[in-house]
Amino acid sequence: MLKKILSKSIAIALLAMSASAVVHAGEVEVLHFWTSGGEAKSAAELKKMLEAKGHTWKDFAVAGGGGENAMTVLKSRVVSGNPPAAAQIKGPTIQEWGDEGVLTNLNSVAESEKWNDLLPSVVADAMKYKGNYVAAPVNVHRVNWMWLNPAVFKKAGAEIPKTWDELFAAADKIKAAGLTAIAHGGQPWQDSTTFESIVLGTAGADFYRKAFVDLDPASLDSEAMVKAFDMLRKTKGYTDKDAPGREWNMATAMLINDKAAIQFMGDWAKGEFTAAKKEAGKDFLCMPAPGTAGMFTFNIDSFAMFELKDEKNKAAQVDLAKTIMEPGFQEVFNLNKGSIPARLNMDMAKFDTCAKDSSAEFVKSAADKTLVPSMAHGMAMFSAVQGAVYDTVTKFYNDDAMSSKDAAKALASAVKAAQTK
Amino acid sequence: MVTKWLERIMPRLVLAPTFVIALVFIHGFILLNAWLSFSSSNLMPKYDWAGFIQYERLFANERTAVAATNLFIFATLFILICLFLGLLMAILLDQRIRGEGVIRTIYLYPMALSFIVTGTAWKWILNPGLGFEKLMHDIGFETFQFDWLVNSEMAIYTVVIAGVWQSSGFVMALFLAGLRGIDESIIKAAQIDGASLPTIYRKIIIPGMRPVFFSAFIILAHIAIKSFDLVMALTGGGPGYSSDLPATFMYTFAFTRGQIGIGAASAMMMLMTVMAVIVPYLYSELRSQRHA
Amino acid sequence: MLNSGTIRWNHVLGRAFIYLMLGAFALYYLIPLFVMVVTSLKPLDEIRSGNLLSLPMQPTFEAWGIAWNSACTGVQCNGLQGYFYNSMIMVIPAMLISTLLGAMNGYVLTKWKFPGSNVVFSMLLVGCFIPFQVILLPMAKVLGMVGLAGSLPGLVMVHVIYGLAFTTLFFRNYYITIPDELINAARIDGASFWTTFFKIILPLSTPIIVVSTIWQFTQIWNDFLFGVIYSSGEQQPITVALNNLVNTSTGVKRYNVDMAGAIIAALPTLFVYVVAGKYFVRGLTAGSVKG
Repeated sequence: MLKKILSKSIAIALLAMSASAVVHAGEVEVLHFWTSGGEAKSAAELKKMLEAKGHTWKDFAVAGGGGENAMTVLKSRVVSGNPPAAAQIKGPTIQEWGDEGVLTNLNSVAESEKWNDLLPSVVADAMKYKGNYVAAPVNVHRVNWMWLNPAVFKKAGAEIPKTWDELFAAADKIKAAGLTAIAHGGQPWQDSTTFESIVLGTAGADFYRKAFVDLDPASLDSEAMVKAFDMLRKTKGYTDKDAPGREWNMATAMLINDKAAIQFMGDWAKGEFTAAKKEAGKDFLCMPAPGTAGMFTFNIDSFAMFELKDEKNKAAQVDLAKTIMEPGFQEVFNLNKGSIPARLNMDMAKFDTCAKDSSAEFVKSAADKTLVPSMAHGMAMFSAVQGAVYDTVTKFYNDDAMSSKDAAKALASAVKAAQTK
Repeated sequence: MVTKWLERIMPRLVLAPTFVIALVFIHGFILLNAWLSFSSSNLMPKYDWAGFIQYERLFANERTAVAATNLFIFATLFILICLFLGLLMAILLDQRIRGEGVIRTIYLYPMALSFIVTGTAWKWILNPGLGFEKLMHDIGFETFQFDWLVNSEMAIYTVVIAGVWQSSGFVMALFLAGLRGIDESIIKAAQIDGASLPTIYRKIIIPGMRPVFFSAFIILAHIAIKSFDLVMALTGGGPGYSSDLPATFMYTFAFTRGQIGIGAASAMMMLMTVMAVIVPYLYSELRSQRHA
Repeated sequence: MLNSGTIRWNHVLGRAFIYLMLGAFALYYLIPLFVMVVTSLKPLDEIRSGNLLSLPMQPTFEAWGIAWNSACTGVQCNGLQGYFYNSMIMVIPAMLISTLLGAMNGYVLTKWKFPGSNVVFSMLLVGCFIPFQVILLPMAKVLGMVGLAGSLPGLVMVHVIYGLAFTTLFFRNYYITIPDELINAARIDGASFWTTFFKIILPLSTPIIVVSTIWQFTQIWNDFLFGVIYSSGEQQPITVALNNLVNTSTGVKRYNVDMAGAIIAALPTLFVYVVAGKYFVRGLTAGSVKG
């Protein structure tokens, strides 16, 4: 063992001086941060399908909630002139990378595979940079979900809520029964996930769009926003005190283990329920957050493809894009991950009620103009602005001395400061 | 002839790679960073000129003040407690203790562990619902409270606890080495003069260890300023951003948020703080050598 | 009689107090390790029902086995074993090269000073204090230019470069204490630069070589930032894999596996400290303290 290590070390040391690494034929390196149970299982499906086509999958998983470490790695890889074939990037960030001129053009695959006909326009638009396809979508998440554990409600003698008032009434009963009413993970992105559902539920889709997409200062610092902040603080009163720093899947686990009643989280939470062998409609319920029925905050996961040099790897990259859009992959991936397929007209027979609802709402909300991009998940604004919103929301959430009025004012000024390029 | 010439320039030849490394990988990169802090860089580095705008944004941001205040609290407490504990433990260990080797290893081992490793355990111990607080409740102290980790006002102090845990053993080793280096005959002489042990320590031994204090301070100061893993593993900068330090601030802006310019500006501020600490040190170090 | 009895009592009390203090400190240092070990040996339901200090009722090494060869670190589920090996083949060359270079630098800086050598030293020392986040992207660029991006040799190079400041400091401060007469005598005898180094200096260097290798081994083994940025996929070092492992969970967080994984990742450095800690303190005593 020691001898082996030593001889290998010497080889490495020599290599360090001679440079140049060996490249295998038809290899795709995929940078992602899907490391939680349901997510990793979904990514493994993609790997399997690509390997079935004769390519090598070089897994490049970098853990860490919102992908902070993964983004750092990606930057350094692009700077070094050695980008991965595909990276898990989404929303306006795709545009930012497009500006850097490092993404490849997928138009020929898109044309031969008829992506324009298969994708809803809101999805297709997010995948394009200046009219050209640069990324492939894997799913559509609905963020404005509320997950419920009916057993906990029953134990506390509380009713399943439809409105915010009912929710707080039920939460009081659950709290009195010694259980946690709202399972929350106190991380900035989770604070914002709850917040955006509250904004949507209390002020409606038009206001949401004005505030978080158009970044209208008058909407950001408005009565409606103050109310939403009030409501956010109220929900905090029903969380347990260990919440700060908790990962989202640990909050979901509180529902799985009958410790908590409600979680505001996107439908990736369902992946955790499924992985724990829980059944939708029986062991857990999914409902839109109060006041958001018929509305849909979307979060589209996608793989942006980078410009490569090696021809064989380029071919493998094209196959990866193709595989991602195949119905077979879209089905099995989304069954695991909890989301719905990005492409239209898929057979939803194997999906559970939550996914079927989500799928129907997606089409309907697009027609009703109540389909909005998720602020908390980087679909609505550039990362700098999003960061400014995170900062304000999480500051308010964790600082009980900050008034809702001040928070709304701070939100408007922070967004303005982050916008100036 | 050639060999003689080679022999003469050999010292320069040996030091040359180090010179190049220092020039490119330390000073070159610092200059590049300085340039970035005056550029309009967002997602990726862009080498243009944008004046002081990044610095303006840096100082307009509320998080900057939080990170700076935290660094001040953390560095002060961390350095003082480490020095105090390190010295105390070294003095105690220097009293001809049975099992010194074992005790010393126990004090020193945290240095061997990465915070990626111990962060998991610390997070658990400090978490009120899982760790120490629950333990106290379980054994009957129902009203016991220890929730610093989840309290925005107190989170930075948990970083101090874990930081001290990791580094104070090393400081102990430095002091112990210093104590062992002190001439026994001076102590003997003082004892014959009737000085008590505490007096000998206070008047003779501790003042004699000034250089050790100095090196320990420098080492601790640079650990404090660079602290990154510690915060990331323990609090992730939270709750909210209440336990942010400059290193985590810089990382967030430069890498997570595509605001490399602000990140670079904050790194420059960090570097200047570091320089303010080490330049006097370097100066005294090289000067004392000339006298020697 | 009475008097000397009191003194003896005082002495005994004093000793007892010292041991008590030392014991209390030892407890503070041991608790996290104790929690990690105990937890790694408990089955999951025992962790849930008991408290964190209680001893395992049915100790099991199952979690260790899972962490070593079947826990998921992303898409792969082969445990930490492969990454352990990665770290080994990265640490050893990086540690050896940086120590050797540090020794040679220290030798020149103390025994063969030339105008400007102190300037080089000061320039290098700044490297001890540079926040590593600053160099991430420029370093990536350089690695890309020399074709070492995303490879283990590249990572070795980064560790050598940023470890050099520390190793040079160690050796310089140690060699200062070696009398110049020794070198001068050898020079008069006609010994060359390298002969003096290998025949006289190096044999005297054991204590500081121990300090330098222990320091470098620990620093490089424990590094996360460079590891996550400059390696890729299957070449990642164990700290990165551990981070992935801890963040990979399905519904229930397997604390015992997390803890077992953490201990596995820490074993080599722990081993080095326990076995060679004595020499570490001795080496510090031998001179590097001054720096």
